[in-house]
Amino acid sequence: MPINPSLKGHPGLDEWLSVTSDGHIVITSGKVDIGQRISTSLAVIAAEELDVDLSRIDFIRTETGLSPDEGVTSGSNSMEQSGEAVRLATATARGRLLALAAEALEVDESTLEIDDGLIQSRETNRSMTYWDLQGDKPFDIDIDLNAKIKSPDTYRLVGKPVDARGIKDIVGGTMVYVHDMKMPGLLHARVVRPPHYKATLNSVDDGAMHRAVDAGTKVVRDGSFLAVAHADEYAALTAAKRLNVAADWHTGPGLDGRNIFDQLTSNKRLSMPLENGVPVETPVPDAPAIPGNAAVTLQARFERPYHMHGSIAPSAAMALFEDGALTVWTHSQGVYVLRASMAGALGMIEEKLTIKHMPGSGCYGHNGADDVALDAALVARALPGTPIMLKWTRDDEHAWEPYSSAMVMNVGGSLDADGNVIAWSHETYSDTHVMRPRPGAGDTGPSRLLASWFLEKPFPPMTPPPNMQAHGGVHRNLDPLYTFANKHLVKHLVRNLPLRTSAMRTLGGYANVFAIESFMDELAEAGGLDPLEFRLRNLDDERAKAVLVAMSKKLNATVLPGGRGRGIGFARYKNEKTYAAVGVELSVNDAAEIQLHRAVVAADAGQVVDPDGLAAQMEGGLIQAASWTLMEEVQFDPDGITSRDWDSYPILRFDNIPEVEVVLMDRPGDPYLGAGEAVSGPTAGAIANAIRSATGQRLRSLPFTPDAIRDAALKST
Amino acid sequence: MATFTLRVNGAAHQVKADPSTPLIFVLRNQLGLTGPKLGCGLEQCGACAVLVDGKPELSCVRAVSEFEDQDITTAEGLSESHADIQQAFIDAGAAQCGYCIPGIVTATAGLFNQTKTPTKAQITEALHGHLCRCGSHLRVLKAIDRLVQEGAADAN
Repeated sequence: MPINPSLKGHPGLDEWLSVTSDGHIVITSGKVDIGQRISTSLAVIAAEELDVDLSRIDFIRTETGLSPDEGVTSGSNSMEQSGEAVRLATATARGRLLALAAEALEVDESTLEIDDGLIQSRETNRSMTYWDLQGDKPFDIDIDLNAKIKSPDTYRLVGKPVDARGIKDIVGGTMVYVHDMKMPGLLHARVVRPPHYKATLNSVDDGAMHRAVDAGTKVVRDGSFLAVAHADEYAALTAAKRLNVAADWHTGPGLDGRNIFDQLTSNKRLSMPLENGVPVETPVPDAPAIPGNAAVTLQARFERPYHMHGSIAPSAAMALFEDGALTVWTHSQGVYVLRASMAGALGMIEEKLTIKHMPGSGCYGHNGADDVALDAALVARALPGTPIMLKWTRDDEHAWEPYSSAMVMNVGGSLDADGNVIAWSHETYSDTHVMRPRPGAGDTGPSRLLASWFLEKPFPPMTPPPNMQAHGGVHRNLDPLYTFANKHLVKHLVRNLPLRTSAMRTLGGYANVFAIESFMDELAEAGGLDPLEFRLRNLDDERAKAVLVAMSKKLNATVLPGGRGRGIGFARYKNEKTYAAVGVELSVNDAAEIQLHRAVVAADAGQVVDPDGLAAQMEGGLIQAASWTLMEEVQFDPDGITSRDWDSYPILRFDNIPEVEVVLMDRPGDPYLGAGEAVSGPTAGAIANAIRSATGQRLRSLPFTPDAIRDAALKST
Repeated sequence: MATFTLRVNGAAHQVKADPSTPLIFVLRNQLGLTGPKLGCGLEQCGACAVLVDGKPELSCVRAVSEFEDQDITTAEGLSESHADIQQAFIDAGAAQCGYCIPGIVTATAGLFNQTKTPTKAQITEALHGHLCRCGSHLRVLKAIDRLVQEGAADAN
């Protein structure tokens, strides 16, 4: 097993935890809580291994220079990386504390028992506590990669329901998000945005500038980056609106407004075949000929528009520039990579930047969090000594966040007379899904932050290199878990597409699985096979089969009411993380709207730590994916983005939430498997298949709006 | 600038503000409250909801001048008056990131001020203006179902 990347760079126990003299265990993780309850899981793991009460676990907020560099909180990696690291760290600490206690108590270690940090020997009545032994002192040892971890049959906390950390403060309105931070002398800032990505600032009307300054507004301009700051938040907002009217932008030809799916399949592109989920730098072979023994051969094209993260809070950051050093408070998912990109954009050395994580609203990937940090820093640098709270507006977040790329999936397959899959082809066309901040000179690091494009000395938007990792962005889950022989799999990284894109929950996996799972049903139907049986006969992974069977059993436990349809979908995220099978029951009403009635999720995430949190990820992931699938499409024209608020980019509301039953297949003692992105793709497939079941229509172009339903019905008559 | 008297969470406050300032900025920046959240500034998402004389109102557009002599309650104030609602949300795990939740708790309090046994249609209507992106909807509905059951039990 490869060494945990989190521990590789941070082997020291003191880098991960400390014991305080007042009876607390303080964990330092590089993974941040973004509503996915990772801090709850880490606390449960730590309290379990150390045999202390959950209330004794504290966290240090993730911060550059202070916390282990665990990269980005993304890719459903946190449990596998930080969860495992904290387990080994706490197990090492426990071993060390027992050894120290045995020595101090002059007893054999095997006679010791631990109860909430109190170590007692069965042979004497003497005892010591963790806090006596180790309070406020460094361990000065490395984490033991073979530390003795607890056996699952002795777990007190792991796998048992607990309240999410911080939920009391959330419901009481007292949780402090970065948006809520205050400092003496703080100014509120807003950016004055161009009409679109390619516009440059010619000038701002002098009169309007003077009026703004006279009203106490600070105006910061660096090339085409224009921002305002004011002690009164509403005054800052108003000033930004006024300057927006007073600004003269050179707009040029604007965005390419032609049909995006035509652009995807006709633009210049980098094409690579896949082997075992990994892109290979060889010419793409011709699509294989249809086998001579094919009884059924189908081809279908699936389309997915641009989607947005759509965080409920527009992104925000606080920044303070003092004595040549910059401190930024941010809800970024990766403080170290953000520091690297920001240092490049600002022309500063990394040591002069401190990036501190604070809670934000859910981001579901690379939203505006990193961009707003640079925006705030640019204003702060222009106003040294003044804390700057810069908030994006709703319009900023909708129109400027990096979207999830539009995609085209061409899928084909053949069955023999016995219903065996004898050929399978899948080619995906997409823009990049990975433009997060990262280190790198020139345009490779800084240009990943939006404001860098608009500076006096700009960093032009970069052309991203292809992601060559197994199940990277475009080709995530492109290689199915099914045991097909004769697979033709190709990723096409398409260039010169109109909108800015980056990582959003599940990356390319959502649309690839949508296409695969829709097409599985198409093949099954053409071959006269049951969709569940067809999937099971093409899987040799028992855990995969188990989630499908468990889901199906629950889904079909009730009689299907008239007018409704059921559909299923399955994937193992990246073919190496959580297994998830999803079943959906829906109907279409007189307004051609899809009504979601029931959904069932069966998931195998290995050893379950926080069952309630895991179930919440399944439910929330399903609801979010249902929203993408039924309603969402980022719209634009040559003048810019036209999806600029919740009316022009609607999402699922309380009136269309299905009942969701979640079955968790616990695997005591098995490795933790990341789960946050597991259900997105299967949900889309299940919905498409349920629509077919309910209406006879096979929809292949997302989203499944009433217009799409009506069009399909008209075409079929 | 003008001076206004606001009654918030049971206490009277004198505030100075441009009369057109949306209420939310005064609550957050002058009174230091964090319950009302800025989500859209367009009355489209519900994150800024407060109770005004017991009824849910959005605070991100309407001016502070419109709220004089009315009883304003934020999520912080609901901890006193509607602790049962907050506890039901905690028990149901009805939050992920939680940014929308104070607004949804506030809408729920407004609903239960009207009736202790709202129908499903009334619940959906009360929450229709509230967006949640994490997908905590099910847990919110579960929390409200429990409150309805408790309300029904009390009535019997």
